[in-house]
Amino acid sequence: MSHESATQHRSTPLLIATSAFIFIWLIVAAFPFFWTMWGSFKIQADFFSKSDWSNAVTGVNTTARYGHAFTGVAYEGAWVQQDFWRAAVNSLIVTVSVVVISLTFGTLGGYALARSTARYAFALLIVALIFRAMPHITLVSGYLLPFFKLNIWGYLPTAIIVLVAINQPFTLWMLRSFFMNVPRELDESALVDGCTRGQAFCYVIMPVMWPGVITTGLFSFLLAYNDFAVTATILNQHNQTMVPKIASFLGTTQTEGNVMFAVASVVSATAPLFVLVLVFQRNIVSGLTAGAVKG
Amino acid sequence: MPHRTFWLFIAPSGIAMLLFIALPIVSVIVQSLHIENEKVLIVSESCGPFGCKETTRVDEEASAALNAERPLGRFNGIGTYTNRNHLAFEEVSAAWSGRSSFADFVDGVMNLPFYKALVFTLTYTFVSTPFVLALGFTLALAVNSLHRWLKGVVIFATLLPFIITPLIGSLVLFWMIDADGIIGKTLQFIFDNPELSLKASPALTWITIITYGIWHSTPFAFIVFYAGLQTVPGETLESAMIDGASRWERTRYVVIPYLAPLVVFVCLIHLMDAFRVFEPIVGFNASANATSLSWIIYNDLSQEVQLFGSAGATSVLTIIGVMILLAPVVWLTWRDYRSA
Amino acid sequence: MKFNQTLVASAIALSAGGAFALASSNAIADCAISVDTAEISVLGNEFPAIQAIVGAAEGCSTDGVTFASNLTKEHREIQVAALTADPSEYTVAVVANSTLVTLMNDGLVRPLNALIDEHAPDLPDNLKITVGDDVMAIAFMANAQHLMYRQDILEQAGVEVPTSYEEVLAAAAAIKEAGLIEYPLTGTYKSGWNLAEEFVNMLMGFGGDMFMDGSAEPNLDSDEAKAALAMMKSLTEFMNPDFLTFDSTIAAAEFEQGKAAMMNMWGSRAGSVLDDEGAAEGVVENIGFASAPTVGGGDVPASTLWWDGFTIATNTSDENAVASFQAMVSSVSDEVANANADAAVWLMAGYEPTQAAEGVLATASAGAQPYPMLPYIGLMHTALGNELVEFLQGSESAEQALADTEAAYRAAAEEAGFL
Repeated sequence: MSHESATQHRSTPLLIATSAFIFIWLIVAAFPFFWTMWGSFKIQADFFSKSDWSNAVTGVNTTARYGHAFTGVAYEGAWVQQDFWRAAVNSLIVTVSVVVISLTFGTLGGYALARSTARYAFALLIVALIFRAMPHITLVSGYLLPFFKLNIWGYLPTAIIVLVAINQPFTLWMLRSFFMNVPRELDESALVDGCTRGQAFCYVIMPVMWPGVITTGLFSFLLAYNDFAVTATILNQHNQTMVPKIASFLGTTQTEGNVMFAVASVVSATAPLFVLVLVFQRNIVSGLTAGAVKG
Repeated sequence: MPHRTFWLFIAPSGIAMLLFIALPIVSVIVQSLHIENEKVLIVSESCGPFGCKETTRVDEEASAALNAERPLGRFNGIGTYTNRNHLAFEEVSAAWSGRSSFADFVDGVMNLPFYKALVFTLTYTFVSTPFVLALGFTLALAVNSLHRWLKGVVIFATLLPFIITPLIGSLVLFWMIDADGIIGKTLQFIFDNPELSLKASPALTWITIITYGIWHSTPFAFIVFYAGLQTVPGETLESAMIDGASRWERTRYVVIPYLAPLVVFVCLIHLMDAFRVFEPIVGFNASANATSLSWIIYNDLSQEVQLFGSAGATSVLTIIGVMILLAPVVWLTWRDYRSA
Repeated sequence: MKFNQTLVASAIALSAGGAFALASSNAIADCAISVDTAEISVLGNEFPAIQAIVGAAEGCSTDGVTFASNLTKEHREIQVAALTADPSEYTVAVVANSTLVTLMNDGLVRPLNALIDEHAPDLPDNLKITVGDDVMAIAFMANAQHLMYRQDILEQAGVEVPTSYEEVLAAAAAIKEAGLIEYPLTGTYKSGWNLAEEFVNMLMGFGGDMFMDGSAEPNLDSDEAKAALAMMKSLTEFMNPDFLTFDSTIAAAEFEQGKAAMMNMWGSRAGSVLDDEGAAEGVVENIGFASAPTVGGGDVPASTLWWDGFTIATNTSDENAVASFQAMVSSVSDEVANANADAAVWLMAGYEPTQAAEGVLATASAGAQPYPMLPYIGLMHTALGNELVEFLQGSESAEQALADTEAAYRAAAEEAGFL
């Protein structure tokens, strides 16, 4: 590995500079999140204090109200009173389906795009790029009337397929670049051995593609998990996923107390991402290494 | 690959995109070329809890008849594109002919909503892109030189700005950067100016939003570059070292060229996302000082009388803008594609 | 314009200690739904008063009559599409002055006259929103921006509760001079909808009009409009320089935490301003509510009156319409109003107003005008919200800002077919 030889020749000033740089970056990157996490155990008067920001640290109003500087009322309110668990279940269904379907469609398409030398394949790639440029909000407003007319508005499968479609251009581009790195000889030898294209794809190419698939899957996951534009307007209240649910806690007038439900649910919603990133961190890196990167 | 196989493989993803992206785009284009039928207005008395008043209203029947006759509305060509709320040809040429100085002309143009938004969008895009690339790359180099067990933690923390829901990320930051919030107070202390407020002046709002954009997008660049670094062949680096190349020279002449395709990839994705900047403007209540093309679309669609044609025109202009921005990148890809 | 009697009566009832019992609502249809099978589904905004009404209506569901609701901030974006589909996704849409006209423009809500005659013949007239001869909506609550102030601060500064904006400026100057509060005023001046609403309020106070009579032609090149802008500008000089980012949440937080002494705030927030949630020590007990101030020597408050009410969709079966109407009208009752007395200023006859309702009632009795129910007003509102910003920032003259507003409105109105 390159970094090991590099580390041996590291000069002290550079080491200090690097450490300082990383240290500052870590504060910049992670501080707002830890601030939110800390604040989620306070009441609104503390966390969103206009009079003194240090209330959010000390929790004076929280102590005055609950006798302790930390309280779980925001979590209780979100999960128990406001049925946040239902949104969590919906989010789980939506994200898992989006990831699975996106990857299935994307690997097939990405493979074809990587192996075809026809001009129309390139044209398709560019068209996909243009598709990705379309602002989501315009797309969504275009969906409303047809969806209502077909009576498919409000249901989870509708949101899933829309998210899959919106996500396809990125997935195709990314997976295509992974497939470009899988040597063509691999397909060709499989074809010579009498496999069909489909068999070659399933039994020969896919097994070496997992890192790329996992990386792309993670990006699809994040997109579906964090989506607001689509889920807020084409799901009804019962089928809401987490992000629109959080937004609904904020509401038009931010009814007091509810804002803290939003903060607590944000922390709750980010927790699974923690786990996910920790588990798949190695795969993200090795996945990207295998592919995307070569462009 | 045979044509038939190609189309079979691409079909699922192609159909999904056709139905949910291509068709809406077509309908958006059609809408943007039409304006609504004229509304027949009548005056009648309307009453409510606060009394009665003569008010104007739309004659439903007469208007419905017109709509039945011309369901798409009146064809307007590119009239919507060139009206005052979009490209504003008339107003721009009036500003040009009536100018007293070039600055006066610029003022006149910047008074038009589309150009105001375009200037912010472009500034955001072009300022944030180099920062995201440079910061992402430097971070990748720095993290790459860390001890193995430290790497995991650092990568994880680095990804946080990328994975936190933008809606809430900007809400929390909005309170933190408030003149009374923790970041706002810290800045007032650093700059020794108790009046300092990031939200009050356009310049500071721009800086805030751009900084937020860099903060939010750097992790993506970082993770891609970091992955790329793992593929830099050790032998090349070693031979460069034997040739007496310094650390800087090795980075400059070996690592950067090797990662060039990656830079293109990150650039492509970031340019496109930056050109559609939207969430921080809403999250920071910043529309007084900064608007973007996507914000204009949102503004047309989220009001009581939704202006689909106007939103459609701005969307098409956004797509055209993205295409112009990406043209060099696409050209590079096409060259690679032909040589492959 | 004659102000409706019930509200005035309620205001009197309030001053008489709330002991004034008015006509009871027993005559209003109770929750017996006369059809066997129907689907009721409600689309509306999500604030507590609407939650209360829709929650009460939900109690009417039976084995055959299903009830669903979608109360969300995004209701505006989906309502036209949702009611255009046939059958429509929702049978009931909860609307306000400004949203009813949008639905009426496309004929998406049905006249309620027949339903009222048959199922709620005793419905008081003041709840009916009538356009021409048709009752298009049933209102249940009122709202308006009015003055909220800190009694203790005003006393320390030695000023009376202001009744006009000129007095507000004088009071603010006195408070600032006495060193009590740095920025004595706050308000909902966030660019966009909020800012435009403040302008409309002020223009009403000056007796101005945004349109030429009986047409969609803009009429902003007036002395009233310039005076309204000048007054807004003077007010903002006493506000935190971030005022263009202040929506009602932030303005209320400023006020509750003692950072401002006066604001012109929505009555619907009065309840949450009065509770001790989020308030600094010593603020809540000193809060007072008054009518929105007058301006420029005018005699009507510079504020607009709003109502919220429900409508029944056109594109739904008659059974659904009947069931929806019966369920919703049954929830427009004194019981619901009094059980949620702090959530809104209710229009029901037997509602006993609480302290939170004082400001809206005072504003209404002082003769404030309703927000104009015009089909093109939304376009004007949007144009105002975006184009007045530069004037308040000081980078543009009032004339230029108003001319820009007219130009932006014109382009939008031409596209929407109004000009």
